[in-house]
Amino acid sequence: MILIVEKVSKTFGGLQALQNISFELPEGQILGLIGPNGAGKTTLFNVINGVYPASAGKIIFRGEDVTRLRPYELAHRGLARTHQIVKPLNELTVRENVRVGACFGRRGASLSEAGRIADQVLEFLGLNEHAELLAGALNVAQKKRLEMARALAAQPFLLLLDEVLAGLNPSEIDTMVEAVQSIRRQGITILMIEHVMHALMALSDRVIVLDYGQQIAEGAPAEVAQNKKVIEAYLGDPKLAEKLFNTQ
Amino acid sequence: MISWRNPGLWPLLAIIAAVGIYPILANSDASREVIFTMLLSIALASSLNIILGYTGYVSFGHIVFFGLGGYTGLYLLSAWRSPLWLALLAGGLASGLLAFLLGKAILRLRGGYFALVTIGVNEAVRAFIVNFAPFGGPVGISLNFRIYKEYGGAGQALWLVYYLLLGLTLLAVVLSYLVKNSKFGLGLFAIRENEDAAEVMGVVTPNAKTWAYVLSAIIPGIVGVLFYFKNGNIEPGDAFRLNFSIELLVMVMLGGFGTVSGPILGAAGYQRLRGLLLTTPVLKDFQLVVAGVLLLIIILFIPAGAVGWLRQRFPRLRKALP
Amino acid sequence: MELLKFLIDGLLLGFVYGVAAMGLSLIWGVMNVINLAHGPLISLGGFGVYLLFTGLGINPYLALMITALLGLLFGVAIYWVAIHRVINAPHLSTLLATFSVNMIIIGLGTALFSTTPRNVAYDLGSLTFGSITVPLARLIAALASLVVAAALYLFLYRTTPGKYVRAVANNRSAAELMGIHSNRVLALSFGLGVMLAAIAGGLIATIFPFTILSGSAYELKSFVIGVLGGLGNPLGALAGGLVLGMMEGVIPAYLPVTWVPVIEFLMFVLILLFRPTGLFGGKQ
Repeated sequence: MILIVEKVSKTFGGLQALQNISFELPEGQILGLIGPNGAGKTTLFNVINGVYPASAGKIIFRGEDVTRLRPYELAHRGLARTHQIVKPLNELTVRENVRVGACFGRRGASLSEAGRIADQVLEFLGLNEHAELLAGALNVAQKKRLEMARALAAQPFLLLLDEVLAGLNPSEIDTMVEAVQSIRRQGITILMIEHVMHALMALSDRVIVLDYGQQIAEGAPAEVAQNKKVIEAYLGDPKLAEKLFNTQ
Repeated sequence: MISWRNPGLWPLLAIIAAVGIYPILANSDASREVIFTMLLSIALASSLNIILGYTGYVSFGHIVFFGLGGYTGLYLLSAWRSPLWLALLAGGLASGLLAFLLGKAILRLRGGYFALVTIGVNEAVRAFIVNFAPFGGPVGISLNFRIYKEYGGAGQALWLVYYLLLGLTLLAVVLSYLVKNSKFGLGLFAIRENEDAAEVMGVVTPNAKTWAYVLSAIIPGIVGVLFYFKNGNIEPGDAFRLNFSIELLVMVMLGGFGTVSGPILGAAGYQRLRGLLLTTPVLKDFQLVVAGVLLLIIILFIPAGAVGWLRQRFPRLRKALP
Repeated sequence: MELLKFLIDGLLLGFVYGVAAMGLSLIWGVMNVINLAHGPLISLGGFGVYLLFTGLGINPYLALMITALLGLLFGVAIYWVAIHRVINAPHLSTLLATFSVNMIIIGLGTALFSTTPRNVAYDLGSLTFGSITVPLARLIAALASLVVAAALYLFLYRTTPGKYVRAVANNRSAAELMGIHSNRVLALSFGLGVMLAAIAGGLIATIFPFTILSGSAYELKSFVIGVLGGLGNPLGALAGGLVLGMMEGVIPAYLPVTWVPVIEFLMFVLILLFRPTGLFGGKQ
């Protein structure tokens, strides 16, 4: 098990954002995390990642209790993530952005090594022709790929993807899906939040469903898609429910 | 690994050295004084740039390191009759130590709060020193004129101070360059651009920021000792002048923060401008107005400063203007 | 009862501090801008009253109202010239923009008015309550501050423009979607903030001598009060002002007065580090 989330809860003042979340993630798997908006998915990422401290429960990463660690400590241990709202380093070039990932992540590369890694990753994600552009000048889809490039450059064991497909057109989605599959083939475990249902269902080995901070379902994509509780949760959100039905 | 064959740093150092050597060759006291002020500004602005331009933390009260260094150095020189080199070292150490201790506490604050607190720190240190007897309280410390005899008389001492300042200025520029092109520097830039993202990517932000602050404080501390040694005395009202701190800020912004050459150009340009203003029959207060208008124009229209703008406009100049 | 006198003196002054801090706090709360020109603007308020009084013979309190209006207009002008362009830029930009305004005002002020202290020589005498004598000017200043604070509260919570100000403070983009011209609201808010600073300056001028540089001391106090009361919480600022005023009144009884700025600064840092939302809650 590369990641064990054990009875994790998170409260913000009076609001219970996460309640007793528990699951295990074996190495090499792609685990999908879905749920209506506001279910707590990004909050869960933030707790795993160390951005928020958990109010209760434990996070165990590669056998080590990392519950109280800061984000940079987790990065050093091989956990990388992308953000739902992208955070490019605007005044740095695309290449420099990725070098940061390579230098300070698990790989801890030197500046010149990081440059080589950056070039490789940029090529893998199709950003190499923009390498010398300032990150702030990219469009949304490119910025999302940059987020991923930065995370990959660290050569992590576990990659947390937060809605990498949001806002992309169908061909961009296909490219990204291929990229995710390629990443898995390189041996990186993936935990991904997604709303683009057909992609998520196709990519994931297993799926977990959150609603109002609680875990309401877990299992293979096909099972989860037919789970009554899941459908009810999404029926509050008709568009998503429709997509869910379309994946059956 | 820094490629010493990169043209960027050497021309800069050469120019500064050339300008610095001119008064020596001409044996001119007058031009020495002018260049002294310019070198001082360059050294201070380049140091400030490390925390301001590279890391993105606006230190409004940076002058505190200059003043504290000066006080520490003069204290050792007068009360302990220590040699100049020891005083210089102590000045740098004191400032570095202050930066280290402060950093741990105040670098947690972001943006405007940090800026305000640095102003407060400056005021607090000044207020503290006014009450601190060993540092002479409100009267300050005056050096006994005999001290210059140890350095060959007052005239010789002035030249010695000048040589040392030239060396320190070159050192400041080299330091600025090394930091910018190091892994440490890359981390600082990441912090400046998006501190949260930097943390997630693995930059150990508390330590990086603290070291940036320390590095930005040491040279001002040493230079402070030189300045006040030359001055012969130091008083609290003078050593912690917020205006000077702000002028340093203007120099960095004018030239272009986040580059090595920016603060140099900004400092030189600003001093030139100031010199021009002071020679025309205009009150010194207009200097502040001009600085203010300049700063406003820069902020509103060319926030990247002269060098920053040039680098954006002409990407090929990037190597030439590091 | 010496201590009581100090306390009361401080308390009365605290009201005025509160008004000054309210100006800073309002601007911070509405548009996330820390107005580093706050100090000089306070001084300008003082000069406004001084010039109208000594130059035109206008009653200082009437002059105060005129100065307040001028402050409002000046504030709106400053917003459009210096702040508007960089309102959405990173913090550094607005900090430096307001600071440049600070420099310009101080530079011009020193050139025009020099640094000789000015005094609004309008002696109203003192009132005696039992064993305590209080200069009437201070009492009026405190009362005026209360009136201003009440007026601000009524404006923010009982008028439509005030509601717009609170809406923009709460969520600018949402307010825009509702059809509120956020730029005008921002300009108005900045104007109000400057107006409050000018009023505070004018009141201070009736109590103490002042120069163009005096405002800076009050600027630091305003920051301390602002974080004490919670930045963005104008009423918290008033409460914070009272606390600071009382502290300032009492501390010199035990320590040399030169320690007061140090203690204020320490408070400032400690609150920012440990309770950044202030004692009474505000934005962060």
